[in-house]
Amino acid sequence: MEGMTGLIAIFFSAIFTNNILLTNYLGMCSFLGVSKEVKTSMGLGAAVIFVMTTTSVLNWLVYYHILVPLNLENFRFIVFIIVIAAFVQIVEMIIERVSEPLYNALGIFLPLITVNCAILGVSLFMLIREYTFAESFFYGIGSGIGWFLAILAMAGIRQNMKRSKIPKGLEGAGITLIIAGIMALAFMGFSGVLNIQ
Amino acid sequence: MFLGLVVSVGAMCGISTVLALIMVAAESTIGNYGDVKVSINDGEKEIDARGGKPLLTTLKEGKVFIPSACGGRGSCGLCKCKVKSGAGEVLPTELPWLSDEERKDHVRLSCQLKVKADMDVEIEPELLYVREFRTTVVGLDDLTHDIKQLTLKLEEPDTIDYKAGQFVQIETPEYELTDEPVYRAYSMSSVPSNKHEIEMEVRLVPDGICTTYVHNHLKVGDTMTVNGPYGDFKLSNTDKDMICIAGGSGMAPLKSILYNMREKDIKRKATYFFGAKSKRDLFLLDEMKQLEKDLHDFRFIPALSEPQDDDHWEGETGLITEVVDRHTDDLSNSEAYLCGSPLMIDACIVVLKDHGMPEENIFYDKFA
Repeated sequence: MEGMTGLIAIFFSAIFTNNILLTNYLGMCSFLGVSKEVKTSMGLGAAVIFVMTTTSVLNWLVYYHILVPLNLENFRFIVFIIVIAAFVQIVEMIIERVSEPLYNALGIFLPLITVNCAILGVSLFMLIREYTFAESFFYGIGSGIGWFLAILAMAGIRQNMKRSKIPKGLEGAGITLIIAGIMALAFMGFSGVLNIQ
Repeated sequence: MFLGLVVSVGAMCGISTVLALIMVAAESTIGNYGDVKVSINDGEKEIDARGGKPLLTTLKEGKVFIPSACGGRGSCGLCKCKVKSGAGEVLPTELPWLSDEERKDHVRLSCQLKVKADMDVEIEPELLYVREFRTTVVGLDDLTHDIKQLTLKLEEPDTIDYKAGQFVQIETPEYELTDEPVYRAYSMSSVPSNKHEIEMEVRLVPDGICTTYVHNHLKVGDTMTVNGPYGDFKLSNTDKDMICIAGGSGMAPLKSILYNMREKDIKRKATYFFGAKSKRDLFLLDEMKQLEKDLHDFRFIPALSEPQDDDHWEGETGLITEVVDRHTDDLSNSEAYLCGSPLMIDACIVVLKDHGMPEENIFYDKFA
């Protein structure tokens, strides 16, 4: 796929058919931990969109302009992690300083996702699939939105489930994982609509 | 090959250094909130710190330890404390852990809340004083055939502040009965004014991990780790008449409370019922007699439930509840301090209530 259509395909497949959370099961710990309330999970989801988009772009630049010329491709794991961590930390500090409402809505979640495996996963997948700069950008933002939708759906379900009777042994993480599995099955319905590598 | 190595190492160091420098620069400019003061429990303790860090971390640096299981990631909800001033709005990461009541009560999750200005916080008072102490055993004396008095000298830190009646946990290291250190609570029988030594009464429980260790393995000169103080079993601030009831090693906190009353010259009327099986289970009789002379109005009434023939016992006999029942009239304006087995305490509470004592006037420490 060439040009614009290729970018759009990557964007939508990252959201639906190749949803990073529901097909790769990455980023589970914050997905399970912070999906009790819709409002909270929206903040976290927004933070994930922002961080995934910016770090995929940033890591693309670091990889192709620093690591490749120096033959340091093998160090990509370490370098990506520290780039993500440093970047997120600084963004958090800036948001905290300049705007309290924005910090309360978004910034507070940043430390929770610095070491989220979905963030690193996006940076690594874009290399495996040999995306260009623009493709990486769309892949990052698409994956972020996909993660956002997944946690939002989960939070909605869990919020409605508060009053339901759940067998004692399944309360908490147990039932949440089962729901996540069913959601993953539902998302499988999208597969075949779009295909990326 | 060699050049490649140098380039790799150099480049990695370069990248890390650049990032680190950026971080340091950001930390000291954007992340700098100046010096702040955290005042705990209306100024009982104050911590001076650099602003910008989570409250939990700031408290930890000030040597105040709030329990937390997840290490500050906002996923366990344990590190709650009340923040009276200096905090902004409740953050969305705290919401899942706070009930409506707690929100109204200004309870916050201390790992999420950052200290950016002077703060007024309230935590459980006992958390303020809980420490771990390295101690040396300086005394291990038989009080009866199965109760030993254990005296520990504090080494690091070398002083302790506590209220008469509180307890500490002592650590039993691994030995033949246990594969991992276990902690058991023991009331201190010493007087709080002696800040360098604490004293406990340990009764040998068959197959008890900690008691067997203290009785059969511990020697004078050994090192022992304890943490504390804990507990709210202590003398109230009233001048009501006191009924004290204890059995066996339940003597410990009451001894501490009574000795403290003598030292502070507290003039409350007190009657102390002490239950034991036979004469060989009685101890500290001379000390109690001395207290009867020294205290304003104090009576010690030991009672034996199964006196032996050669005990030649002329004092009270019967279950401690029967003795209390015989010796008391209307208790509606008295307070009770109980320490002993759960069975004994539950039975005593029934008797005390029969005599008109309101339940809120009954204080107890149950040791199973």
